[in-house]
Amino acid sequence: MIWDALLLQLGYNATLVSVGAALLGAAAGITGTFLFLRKRALVADAVSHATLPGVCLAFLVMASLGGDGRNLIGLLIGSALSAWVGLWCLNWLTLRTRLAEDAAIGAVLSTFFGFGVVLLTVIQTAGIGRQAGLEGFLLGSTAGMLFNDALMIAGGGAATLVIIALTRRALTLVSFDPEYASAQGINVSQVDMLMMGLVMAVTVIGLKIVGLILIVALLIIPAVTARFWSERSDIVVLLAGIFGATAAYVGAGVSASAPNLPTGPLIVLMSAGLFALSLFFAPSRGVMAAVIRQQRFQRRVHLRQGLLALAQGQPIYENLTLRLLGRAGLVRPDGVATEIGRARAAKALRDEKRWEILRRDHAHEAAAELYDGLREIETVLTPDEIREIDTKIGPPQEIPT
Amino acid sequence: MLDLICEDGTTFTENSLAQSPLAIRGLTVTYGQKPAVFSVDMTVQPGEMTAIIGPNGAGKSTMLKAALGVIPSVSGRVQIFGKPLQDQRARVAYVPQRASVDWDFPTRVIDVVLMGLYRQVGLLGRIRGQHRASALDCLTRVGMADFADRQIGQLSGGQQQRVFLARALAQDADLYLLDEPFAGVDAATEKAIITVLKSLRAEGKTVVVVHHDLATVTEYFDNVFLINTRKVAEGSVETTFNTVTLQAAYGGRLAATQVEQLNQITG
Repeated sequence: MIWDALLLQLGYNATLVSVGAALLGAAAGITGTFLFLRKRALVADAVSHATLPGVCLAFLVMASLGGDGRNLIGLLIGSALSAWVGLWCLNWLTLRTRLAEDAAIGAVLSTFFGFGVVLLTVIQTAGIGRQAGLEGFLLGSTAGMLFNDALMIAGGGAATLVIIALTRRALTLVSFDPEYASAQGINVSQVDMLMMGLVMAVTVIGLKIVGLILIVALLIIPAVTARFWSERSDIVVLLAGIFGATAAYVGAGVSASAPNLPTGPLIVLMSAGLFALSLFFAPSRGVMAAVIRQQRFQRRVHLRQGLLALAQGQPIYENLTLRLLGRAGLVRPDGVATEIGRARAAKALRDEKRWEILRRDHAHEAAAELYDGLREIETVLTPDEIREIDTKIGPPQEIPT
Repeated sequence: MLDLICEDGTTFTENSLAQSPLAIRGLTVTYGQKPAVFSVDMTVQPGEMTAIIGPNGAGKSTMLKAALGVIPSVSGRVQIFGKPLQDQRARVAYVPQRASVDWDFPTRVIDVVLMGLYRQVGLLGRIRGQHRASALDCLTRVGMADFADRQIGQLSGGQQQRVFLARALAQDADLYLLDEPFAGVDAATEKAIITVLKSLRAEGKTVVVVHHDLATVTEYFDNVFLINTRKVAEGSVETTFNTVTLQAAYGGRLAATQVEQLNQITG
């Protein structure tokens, strides 16, 4: 079943749901990256929880007018309106009172969500209209999704992506340096508003699939996952889109293959899986890479210290140093330096002097910056430059046996 | 149109100094109910280097940011080369304080400098080889070309400051406004920055610097602007930078040792 779902073999509707989810995931991941870089990730949580009263009120209005209370477009319009009100409250609290943004987020989020839950309970106990499935907006559900719903989600996701592609440069500049952006004539509050508008759009179109409680995960987890893999914002944005799309696609597929599994939590678990993989295995920023780097570094320090001790005829007490020197064939088991060992030790000492000269010379600033007491000088200077430095040092010294 | 009456009795538009690279009249900025900058007038001399000095919290940076519209002001008018700021954005380059951004942001040195070409490249334009080349030129001017592909977080404080200066250079502006560029930088960086600023002046550009180190004022600058919420004094270094104006600006906050040191500098 799962493979059928992933390979789009579950029929036209399920296929459309998967594709829609993927587009939503990409839009959420990319929007979320800008939010993450702007350090306003939690605003998304307030916005998404603020949608619930709108969903319920829209249902009540549509049902009381005699229509189908579950019309998705109507519900989404309602959710967007109440999310906008929530965002407005949040901005007002942050700008006009002494509340910090995190406190304002907590206040708005809980108030709106509480109000929404009350409305939802009223609707369910009063048995107004055909309310079955309304609670699906909490955690997301692909069950009973209509063709038109899926089409709308896919279209909304695609539209969000287009808007971001058109405004990416302003979004990046404002995220990195709002003061400079403002001095360049960019209207920072407008760009922030656009960013929030995009978050709102993603939240609203994601309500049906991911649900309002967990949509924040789809905005933030792909962004922090992508950050492990690159030091360039454009690539981080792109990767976040790919991670978000993958998680949403697989999550929606799995949920479609087993009717009682909630879609939102599955999608979130998928992206959490990608996050865990990145956390441990990403090159350079990952945990494993850091551990390996630390170990290598420690060995280089010991080896270098050992060589300098040999060069200056000092005894070595550290077992690790002796072991490393021995393994490299630089000392004999009795601790006496070999022929190669003495040559390397002489070189190490000479490199120290070369570095010393290099670091006093402003012309070599970029190279001097790399000095860590370990690096071979050949990795930063050409043979000609080394020869020039050597003229200032004099002839090599002999190392005592 | 109503004209603001300036302190010297002239009106804003008839003032011949309205052609100044940066003319500020009656600028007031408040944080809450407390004015940080109160009714300040400033007239920057073209093609010269001006230092804005004053004690901590005197409103130096605030004045600069408000003049650029980075933060809102309660009142005041700002003209850049005799025209409103929004028509002259391309002629103004701003170097914010280094601490104002997150240096762990995923971006490389060259990308930061390319941000200076934002107005040239446009919202949608592609970044081309020519843009990259001019960004690299700017990095060369501040001695940072070798660092182009480094992540910005790997730089030292002084190097970060030089990257910010390179980004401003990329704008090829006529007026450069720098906020504390010498704060907490190494000697090599200070030398590199002042060399670049002097070369800008030699090209006829105007440089305004929020400055904190009184010891280097006479060596680096042509003019000083002393501020402590209100304007204290404005003029050339020879006529205006002395213990009288400094005492007026700093009040009791100028340490005795500093006064002694300044007496030596200013004679």
